[in-house]
Amino acid sequence: MNNRLINWFKYASPQSFYPLAGKMIPWFVALATVFGAAGLWLGLAVAPTDFQQGEGYRIIFIHVPASWMSMFIYLVMAFWAALGLAYNTRLSGMMAQALAPTGALMAFLSLWTGALWGKPMWGTWWVWDARLTSELILLFLYIGFIALQAAIDDPRRADKAGAVLALVGSVNIPIIYFSVKWWNTLHQGASVSLNKAPAMASIMLWGMLLLALSFWMYSIAVALYRARTIMLERERGTEWVKEVLQREGAK
Amino acid sequence: MIAAVGAIVARDLKLAMRRQADLVSVLFFFIIVASLFPLGVGPEPQLLKKLAPGVLWVGALLATMLSLPRLFADDYRDGTLEQLVLAPQPLGLTVIGKVLAHWLVSGLPLALLAPVLGIQFDLETDALATLTLSLLIGTPALSGIGAIGAALTLGLRGGGVLVSLLVLPLYIPVLIFGAGAVDATVTGMGAEAHLSILGALAIGGVFFAPWATAAALRISLE
Repeated sequence: MNNRLINWFKYASPQSFYPLAGKMIPWFVALATVFGAAGLWLGLAVAPTDFQQGEGYRIIFIHVPASWMSMFIYLVMAFWAALGLAYNTRLSGMMAQALAPTGALMAFLSLWTGALWGKPMWGTWWVWDARLTSELILLFLYIGFIALQAAIDDPRRADKAGAVLALVGSVNIPIIYFSVKWWNTLHQGASVSLNKAPAMASIMLWGMLLLALSFWMYSIAVALYRARTIMLERERGTEWVKEVLQREGAK
Repeated sequence: MIAAVGAIVARDLKLAMRRQADLVSVLFFFIIVASLFPLGVGPEPQLLKKLAPGVLWVGALLATMLSLPRLFADDYRDGTLEQLVLAPQPLGLTVIGKVLAHWLVSGLPLALLAPVLGIQFDLETDALATLTLSLLIGTPALSGIGAIGAALTLGLRGGGVLVSLLVLPLYIPVLIFGAGAVDATVTGMGAEAHLSILGALAIGGVFFAPWATAAALRISLE
């Protein structure tokens, strides 16, 4: 066969991807733990107290990575969706389906920690700021995707319908973001500006980056774990699933 | 090609005219929703004037959304949709015809009805004109984007609620600039910028949405 490169299409079949994912999960879990521990140590123990915001600013070590991941996961989801529509691979749809709950969780975490941060800093849980509003709409998009997939019984149709929705959503995200931004400046509702972030001490930046890496690894691990479950569920009639289950049951 | 679109539009209009109650109920939904707001927030004219653009636009949005299942559901049930997909004309064109017919029986009446409701909210003449104009420009985009949601949820359990979950987040830009145009007229800023962007959204929506809708229809009919 092809000796020069890894044959990537080999792993497009659930049968060969299932053991690979199983091998990769512990690594990503380990990386997430290491990065997470280092990031939390830097963020909570080493980083100095902010002279304006006091200790409350430490929420950003969770908030910012969660916001980044919520946006990034939607893009990855749309990527798998496009791949699934183009190549008609079963695995792509499973990956998109596996990523959606993690993305929704990240969007929710981002909103929740944002509210916790906003109360002491701005004196309010919520402002109709452009970023907050578009994050909320992103959460709605995730929920729409999950609801659509849950409503369709046939998994192949669910994958394809979800893929169309994810692609339409990813085209719309920039439009939504800019319209919300413009709406916000016209109304001048919020007097708080998130854009003038003070120059951040490099130690804080490092803590945030480490935690972002940790969240990233966590998302991959959880998505792979969920994808493995989806694989078993969808391919339950096939021979390889029976072999896998017998092997794992024997242990 | 234009003849094919025209035939679809004529057919859908004829079918809609045979069931006028469906059309009228959507319009009355719009009227009732708009009338509930003054009852909820109180009758002060200043407050109502401030709320009017948003309330009327959200009402029009919800009314359009409620009428979306009608786009494909009947044809899906009696098998006509399959024949339309098999027809030699590109499916995207068929979708454009159906979207156009949907707009003629939902978006257009809503836009024409809105100024009457605007009077209840004490809007000035120029604001009423902008409201009608913004709805005339914006509702085609609502029909176009909504068609994607209607096609994706074809034949599903709880399709109606699902459509709202899928479609409402995508309606937000249209809502912002539609209501913004009326708001800008009320505050005397001029609505040209809003209306231009609304026009861009409508053109983009009507142009690109049929492709996504056609893909979604093919998936639903598999």
